[in-house]
Amino acid sequence: MAEGHYPEDLKYHREHDWVRVEGDEAVFGITWYAQDALGEVVYFDAPDIDAAVEGDAPYAELESVKAVSDVYAPLTGTVVALNDAVKESPGLVNSDPYGDGWLLRVRMSDQSQLDGLMDAAAYTAYLDGLS
Amino acid sequence: MTPGVGVAAPGGSVRQVSDLRRTPLHSRHADAGARFGPFAGWDMPLHYGSPTGEHMAVRERAGLFDVSHMGQIEVDGAGARGFLAHALANDIDEIGPGQGQYTLLLADDGGVIDDLIVYALIDRFLLVVNASNIAACAERLRELRDRGEGDVRVNDRSDEIAMVALQGPVWKSVLSPHVATPQPLTLEYFQITEDMVGRVPALVARTGYTGEAGVELMCPWDDVPGVWDALVGSGAAPAGLVARDTLRTEACYPLYGQELGRDRGPIEAGLRWAVDLDGARFAGAERCVRDAADGTPERLCAFALDEPGIPRPGLRVLHDGDAVGAVTSGTLSPVLGHGIGLAYVRSDLASAGTPLQIDIRGKIKNAHVAKRPLVDTSGTKE
Repeated sequence: MAEGHYPEDLKYHREHDWVRVEGDEAVFGITWYAQDALGEVVYFDAPDIDAAVEGDAPYAELESVKAVSDVYAPLTGTVVALNDAVKESPGLVNSDPYGDGWLLRVRMSDQSQLDGLMDAAAYTAYLDGLS
Repeated sequence: MTPGVGVAAPGGSVRQVSDLRRTPLHSRHADAGARFGPFAGWDMPLHYGSPTGEHMAVRERAGLFDVSHMGQIEVDGAGARGFLAHALANDIDEIGPGQGQYTLLLADDGGVIDDLIVYALIDRFLLVVNASNIAACAERLRELRDRGEGDVRVNDRSDEIAMVALQGPVWKSVLSPHVATPQPLTLEYFQITEDMVGRVPALVARTGYTGEAGVELMCPWDDVPGVWDALVGSGAAPAGLVARDTLRTEACYPLYGQELGRDRGPIEAGLRWAVDLDGARFAGAERCVRDAADGTPERLCAFALDEPGIPRPGLRVLHDGDAVGAVTSGTLSPVLGHGIGLAYVRSDLASAGTPLQIDIRGKIKNAHVAKRPLVDTSGTKE
């Protein structure tokens, strides 16, 4: 498998989720490390549009053939969009975790929570500490 | 992200990697990109990147599994056949040399010690048992032997015999370039023969655990890389334990530790066909006869989900809101595209069509009892 990569323009949560900030909205997904650990994703159990997600709490499940993983919200907010393509083709999470494999878009409640997240360098160092 | 439910790993879940045994094919698996995991004390390939791709390769072409961790116990001596008639639940007298039979080794109380295949060879019997049960099987067989009389020897040869399973509709074209005679290609379901695979002497049996046509090959431990390379070279796709599990779940084959165990008898597991109730001369027969006559509180059934979701072992099964059983195996069927599984449920609810609900971590999903097998495996015997 290819080596992990962690784009500089994203923020990272310790449960291996990423955030891309776009105005007062944020896009969530899981990191290369997370998809690699989970393996081939076959099912995305997503929240509903308008659902509230809470920072540091699980908001969805991703499942491989043999494992279930909770997906944690890096930030508190309200769901404004879901990636239907991932519901149809969950393997997008593996093949393009930062692009077509995004999971959902939220309207952020508290932008100051961004300060509690890691940048790419800090997350990479954090991963080094896990291994 | 926190992985919640792992691959079932009897006896291996908390071992250090350094304690795990390796088959002679370990470096082949690593070179092919395998993810390894502990299984019954062995460091085994779980998958090579895409479990569903490996699953479909077996259903549509041919896959190759390393099952060298499984056990081989030989029983020979003048009294061997008579001994096995008492030791094993199926009728050993239905098979002669060159034939195999699915059967069960039971405790005196009728609980299942293991499910296995017994092969009659020219001069001995060969029992192929689950990796997690090798010691228990050998111990039980010796215990039963010591109770009786006659010339019977029980030899655990698991450390000397490696095994691979070539499974899938094109298995013959994968195997045919490598065998010395046409014999392995003309075997009927559950027959076994001895041949050469390349330069390696091997037992080739028309058996498997996937619901597809194919063979299982047993050879000397150190020679198995040559067999593996030959079969991969002619088109078999390496396939791991995850695909093996999803394939056998689609085929509704029970797995020891999930559908079978010491606390379950063969009848409730739907294995009446593998138990010689007429003769009833085997150890543990009393319970089987009683269960067959009186019924059991629960029965194993296959089910399919009617809405999105993936059932997992241990989840509750409901009927009209009441808890009526538990899932023992569950997955997303790569062939069907929806959730499937096996579950023990109240016996009156185990017939096909009965509506059930599966409690998937608090989300109640509609399901129904489905006919077995869940995926058509009529090609198995071809």
